[in-house]
Amino acid sequence: MVTLTIDGKQVTVPEHTSILDAARSVNINIPTLCFLRDINEIGACRACVVEIEGIDQLVAACNNTVLDGMVVRTNSPKVRMARKANVEFLLSQHDSECTSCVRSGNCTLQTVANDLGITSLPYTKHLPHQPWNQDFPLIRNNDKCINCLRCIQVCEKVQAEGIWDLTNRSSHTCVGVRGGGLIEDSDCALCGQCITHCPTGALRERDDTDRVFDALADPDRIVVVQVAPAVRTAWGEPFGLPREKATAQRLVTALKGMGFDYVFDTDFSADLTIMEEGSELVEHLKHPEGVKFPMFTSCCPGWVRYCKARHPRFTDQLSTSKSPGQMFGAIAKSYYAGLLGVDPHRIFCVEIMPCLAKKAEVDIPVMNDACGDPDVDVSLTVREVDRMIRAEHIDVFSLAETDFDQPLGTATGAAVIFGATGGVMEAALRTAYYLVTGENCDADAFKDVRGLDGWKEASFDIAGTTLHVAVASGLGNANRLLNALEAGEVSYDFVEIMACPGGCSGGGGLPIHDGEELAGVRGDVLWGLDRVAKLRRSHENPSIQAVYRDYLGAPLSERAEELLHTNQHAWKMPREA
Amino acid sequence: MARLHVMQRSEAQAVMDSLHEALGRRLAVSSLAPCPVEFTAAYVNMCATQSCGKCTPCRVGLRALSDLLNDVLENRADEHTLDLIERTARTIYLSADCAIGYEAGDMALTAIRGFCDDFEHHVQKHACGFTQSQLVPCVSGCPAGVDIPGYISLVEARRYTDAVRLIRKDNPLPLVCGYVCEHPCEMNCRRGMVDDPMIIRGLKRFAVDHMETDYRPNMAEKTGKRVAVVGGGPAGLSCAYYLSVMGHDVTIYEARHKLGGMLRYGIPNYRLPHERLDAEIQWILDCGIQVKCDTKVEDLAALRKDYDAVYLAIGAHLDRKLGLPGEDSVGVLSAVEMLRALGDEVRPDFSHERVCVIGGGNVAMDVARSAIRLGAKKVTIVYRRRVADMTAQDEEIAGAKAEGCELLELHAPIAIESQDGYVTGLRVQRQIIGGLSRGRFAPRQADAPEEVIPCERVVVAIGQAIESGPFEEQGVPCKRGRIDVGEDSAVPGMEGVFSGGDCQSGPATVIRAVNAGKVAAGNIDNYLGFNHQVTLDVELPPVQFKGKTSCARCEMTLREAEDRKRDFDLIENGLTEEEAHQEASRCLRCDHFGFGAFRGGRIEQW
Repeated sequence: MVTLTIDGKQVTVPEHTSILDAARSVNINIPTLCFLRDINEIGACRACVVEIEGIDQLVAACNNTVLDGMVVRTNSPKVRMARKANVEFLLSQHDSECTSCVRSGNCTLQTVANDLGITSLPYTKHLPHQPWNQDFPLIRNNDKCINCLRCIQVCEKVQAEGIWDLTNRSSHTCVGVRGGGLIEDSDCALCGQCITHCPTGALRERDDTDRVFDALADPDRIVVVQVAPAVRTAWGEPFGLPREKATAQRLVTALKGMGFDYVFDTDFSADLTIMEEGSELVEHLKHPEGVKFPMFTSCCPGWVRYCKARHPRFTDQLSTSKSPGQMFGAIAKSYYAGLLGVDPHRIFCVEIMPCLAKKAEVDIPVMNDACGDPDVDVSLTVREVDRMIRAEHIDVFSLAETDFDQPLGTATGAAVIFGATGGVMEAALRTAYYLVTGENCDADAFKDVRGLDGWKEASFDIAGTTLHVAVASGLGNANRLLNALEAGEVSYDFVEIMACPGGCSGGGGLPIHDGEELAGVRGDVLWGLDRVAKLRRSHENPSIQAVYRDYLGAPLSERAEELLHTNQHAWKMPREA
Repeated sequence: MARLHVMQRSEAQAVMDSLHEALGRRLAVSSLAPCPVEFTAAYVNMCATQSCGKCTPCRVGLRALSDLLNDVLENRADEHTLDLIERTARTIYLSADCAIGYEAGDMALTAIRGFCDDFEHHVQKHACGFTQSQLVPCVSGCPAGVDIPGYISLVEARRYTDAVRLIRKDNPLPLVCGYVCEHPCEMNCRRGMVDDPMIIRGLKRFAVDHMETDYRPNMAEKTGKRVAVVGGGPAGLSCAYYLSVMGHDVTIYEARHKLGGMLRYGIPNYRLPHERLDAEIQWILDCGIQVKCDTKVEDLAALRKDYDAVYLAIGAHLDRKLGLPGEDSVGVLSAVEMLRALGDEVRPDFSHERVCVIGGGNVAMDVARSAIRLGAKKVTIVYRRRVADMTAQDEEIAGAKAEGCELLELHAPIAIESQDGYVTGLRVQRQIIGGLSRGRFAPRQADAPEEVIPCERVVVAIGQAIESGPFEEQGVPCKRGRIDVGEDSAVPGMEGVFSGGDCQSGPATVIRAVNAGKVAAGNIDNYLGFNHQVTLDVELPPVQFKGKTSCARCEMTLREAEDRKRDFDLIENGLTEEEAHQEASRCLRCDHFGFGAFRGGRIEQW
């Protein structure tokens, strides 16, 4: 243990503790901007500088460690001057039009600048005004970038992508696509982790809310919306609505209030996905001739993009099943249009997703199997829906609970866990067990695949056959797994991969909380919903049984193939051969 | 009012001088860092500050050029801008009235033309295409990429064995490099911006000389693969070491009597004692490496058949001839021959002889200083350029001078005089230095009569060649006598044959040979179907911020010249413990502070 003095308080902390953490342990908060624990501890912004007795120059608290007897001052005149001036430096290269910024009110730069009492800016503004493709789902505005470099590090270290890099030097240093290319020509998987780890509004999603408001205002449109599993874990966060209050049913009320005609649950189509993907797996296992294992889940479009761009040799092994969102769209504009007795072209299908890559998925030209229009018209992130709720001035605290519309609003516990890493695997195994044995397993029989480990392995015995499975979340972990597969170091039958660490509950389309990783607590909400669900196996879902009975026939039937499956080679990533 | 004033240096002038000095120090150590376009812009701006303002090209043109360069940097430029930049620089060069202007224009032109790809990249991609290689400046400067801040921190923590262990992750010859490395790392040391660069080689030597205990490396499981290394010099030894820790069986074939290559047969004992060299080589061989000395490989194909892979590292051991009359006289010998004999502990007697050494490189200094030690009455180093143009390191030249060698600069040898077949003198022609030619100042014949320097012996030290002919005949591609391989060291058209070191690069430094061997080992390992990683296995002490302090560099000392020139014993004294710790504490830890922090500061494995 090391004992030191910080602002006159004696502090005892373990060796190798950073000055920042030592100070926090006695409730002395040193502001940070670039710091991101374990990922970006580079002392770049210099907002966290402190004074150490005996040393003239100031020291970054985030990446320097304590020493016995050290005397630290976090608020000396020298520190105050330098910290404030450094933030003023950053502001001189920052477009401070907070009133029109998506991160206003949730911006670390804004908070730090406000905290320091900065009321005027002494330095000349220099903004790079770089062009950016405003149609791309991921928008970078370097006029707001403070070069904290977190996006580069998250993309490279956590996601093994390396899309971002410093593209210039000296006072022209800025972050851009590595080597200076265009984002639309890059391998970007659109996981959105750079957005959720950005301290300012330099990175954001393309805003599609106006398209939805326009559809809502169009009397000829039947606007249908589906809500993905992970959305119910996080949509209330920006309002400060406690997690237990921020239920899917209160969101249904809010959405109805905005004017959506029908509010459905993507969980329904997650159950449908399990029927199709589970049957696909069982088919592969029954007829392994010419089949390459493992089979990979395909419900995460970030993962599909990554696989096609970076590990194309595994593209053939992706399940052909569409993602739940796309299955929903295909069913909404066919089966459900039939139930309503309307022209499917009148249906405008919106999805609310914890995800950025979904914005690209809905634009894939072949995702139009129901009626020729895009099966899903618009994909909104949770951040956008929350902005819509604010724009509609809805008081979320007074919302009553409303059930999802039917029949596409009924789902099982197996579907809701899609939003947490391991959930798709567990859901698929619950149904695969049934498909193989004709009997139901214990709903918790496959719980070994739960948990936040980035790369999990398990083996299960189903009717005398041992099934080797793996689950990875975060593309860096996926990359390791795929490399190990390629090198022959591991072998599996079935692998679930989610692009975002922790799965969709760590999704790049969810509300942003700087410095916090919430995938675990959000995922717990989903595991909790599964635990109390009346039905916990997808094949038990009566709406699913009905859609097969009345419309699709059976899993993998001709109509199911046409509507619910896709050719993963039918479109290309920018640099895909 | 006085008629004249005594010139006085104002305080402002003193500050100006100190800033100029600081700028010089800064520039001296930072050439790996900047973006070429940024640097050109800064260079032009710097030149503009020196303009008196009288003449148009310098006063206005440099500013205009700076604006155009800024357009490139701020993504406002197109192809026309690049044309205009070139015309502007050319105009300044062509029409400025004094050197402040025309030199600025000329250097700007050099930059614009030399960096044309970088300018294009900026214009087209709006990004810099130049590889940033200043992650950790000293490490970037080291061909073998040794973790310099890492081992310096271990020296500071008095963990010398760990320091050596860390060095061996990237360089299996820490002792050799501690004694004779040319230390390109020090040229990039950021401490140089503050006062003086670190004495990195001295700290390496200190660690090697003060190891607490010996240790053995972690060896990978045996792979059963067999690799032949042809040539036991630094490249061959490095390759053999890493291949054997990766689990492969290695046999070194060495044409001479002992291993070491130029470390033994090129570097005299007084710089690198043979018993220390022997110990370092033995430590490597103890990894289970087989050795066949006195075995010259004649048939490459046959060798390849016996092994899973072959590494050719035959060095550059052929002497170059002067091509002058009288060169076949008795008493003429090459530096290669002389140093080779010394390497085998054969010490000819030069007593009462006058020796002329021809050449200006490190080898010329080595033979001159060895000749003194062999009893020569007089040693004259004859060089056709100036001492300032010599390629030998400054300390080698100073050492030779201190030991009594004469330096006869600007004298070109034109013939070797002899009587009855024995050397009697060296005929030389005085030269006068001229202008730049292919990057160096070239001498030409002076208007002066020829002279003869009486001597009994002439040692020719004008470079070495590679004995690549026999291999070329067997299908190894060669270019200008050098074995021609790709970046991965693989010999094109000969599967499983790799090559590197002096035989590929031409005569170079130990540390470049180490790099060659390391690169080859990694690629041979992959070729054999493996991907063994050589990993960091030493825990490093935490970094401590010390702030800016002022402390100059400790130098290593030499034994007194009068004493050291009488024997072949080691001449350089290592740092004392006090000096070593002061030096180690000067390290600015660029692995942690600055850009190093961004990318982790070190390569943990390769």
